[in-house]
Amino acid sequence: MMLRVASVEPLSPLVTKFRFVHPDGAALPLFSGGAHVVVEMPDGEMIRRNAYSLVSDPMDGSGYEIAVRREDLGRGGSLYMHTRVAEGDLLGVGAPANLFGLDLRARKHVLVAGGIGITPFIAQIRQLTRLQLPFELHYCARSRSEAAGLALLPDLPQVHVHISDEGNRMDPAEVLSGQPLGTHAYTCGPEGLVAAMADAGARLGWPEAALHSETFLAPPPGKPFRVTLARSALTLTVGPDQSLLEALEAAGVDAPWLCRGGVCGQCETAVLSCHGRIEHHDHWLDDDEKAAQTKIMPCVSRFQGQDLILDR
Amino acid sequence: MAGTAFTPSILSRPVYAGLVSRGATPAIMLAEGEGALALMALADHDPAVMGHAHIIHIPAGTGHGAALQALGPAMYHEGPTLPAVLPRLRKALGDAHMGTALYIAGTEGVIGQVTAEALAAGVAAGAISTEHHGGAARRMQCVHCKGITEDVVTDPFICSHCGLSLFVRDHFSRRLGAFQGVCVDAETPGQIPAMQEIRP
Ligand code: FES
Repeated sequence: MMLRVASVEPLSPLVTKFRFVHPDGAALPLFSGGAHVVVEMPDGEMIRRNAYSLVSDPMDGSGYEIAVRREDLGRGGSLYMHTRVAEGDLLGVGAPANLFGLDLRARKHVLVAGGIGITPFIAQIRQLTRLQLPFELHYCARSRSEAAGLALLPDLPQVHVHISDEGNRMDPAEVLSGQPLGTHAYTCGPEGLVAAMADAGARLGWPEAALHSETFLAPPPGKPFRVTLARSALTLTVGPDQSLLEALEAAGVDAPWLCRGGVCGQCETAVLSCHGRIEHHDHWLDDDEKAAQTKIMPCVSRFQGQDLILDR
Repeated sequence: MAGTAFTPSILSRPVYAGLVSRGATPAIMLAEGEGALALMALADHDPAVMGHAHIIHIPAGTGHGAALQALGPAMYHEGPTLPAVLPRLRKALGDAHMGTALYIAGTEGVIGQVTAEALAAGVAAGAISTEHHGGAARRMQCVHCKGITEDVVTDPFICSHCGLSLFVRDHFSRRLGAFQGVCVDAETPGQIPAMQEIRP
């Protein structure tokens, strides 16, 4: 759907909040905490599509809000949002999908965010508060000036802020120990934080099913490479700031996707021949599958080498 | 040593893989009857499991109580029946933290009910270790009147609540910790197959 940008509000030097509304004022579909939307950004010849967690109230259909961190080294999606999008613009926004939902069977929810990883939890807190479910949130940031999440977080006793510059780093084991039976923990942030939580959980005997995580969804830039599509009888060059998926779309090849961040599995594509090394960036394929180089996730993964032939 | 071996069946039929030590973590251990042997083997294999263990024991006519106490658990409690020890179990589960290991050993009815209590208290299925010891008797729910008949040893059997003749299915309710019993002569009233002893 095409939605109008109703407001653009800087939250910190690097993070800006955008609010989208229906141009006719119609109500938008409601969602659940942790859901994301894919925003379409027409950029010259191509359309960039980036996924952003919704930070508005899941039960409020009057608009959708996202918080975007400017990644100067990224492929340009976030930079586009920061430099080219203004109040009043119309942008394509997909329907919400949730790949990081709360497990509502849990007795208690422990939410752990690092940096911009706070975004999915903003809507989840609203959902948990409305359902009157026990939770605690730990928000970690390097410095107070970078902590854009502070502007989004409600003033609740369940919200704990850890600023490492102020000597107040979060200790994953301390957060996870002593939690009542039936607690689920969710981590969103840099890989290091996700790994530290998984580590602490394993040491404290947490079952894997109670530890959830989402890392940032952004296809990394890289060196350009060529790819051959057997079914479409095409050979393409994937640009440095383009993902393989975006290159497929630009060439008019029908390629499925859902998260565009390497977590949902929707875009999985069979590799027919590969002379070189696939740079797997996804969290979908397991280590053996990655090593076999017989499957690739075009939304985030890249290639270096002689030739790559895909079943598309 | 890892308890009774059962005939492979449908997916819903629980399997009891045998107790495996989760190390020196807080633990709740429930042993009924010969299930005590499983705890003894567990402690023999890894004495560290007993350091923070709370053993709840239902002797059920066996004399293993003293041997269990000698394993040196942090807490030991004995009661005559499962209903008698349930308040103790519920309190232990209510006070427990994430990372607490649960070990259950005994007959199917007890394993099923204790597992159901644990799941309801928020324990993840993966944190429960079970081992079967004792007879093959089943705890059966009549799918017609919903009454539960304990210690069913024949197939078919007569529902102790509504009196129907019930066929013993392998379909198992995790919520109730009971197998399902279905009317055996619904199509041809009165034609009831000969009773057979239930085997593992
Ligand atoms: S679109 Fe979800 S993994 Fe690629």
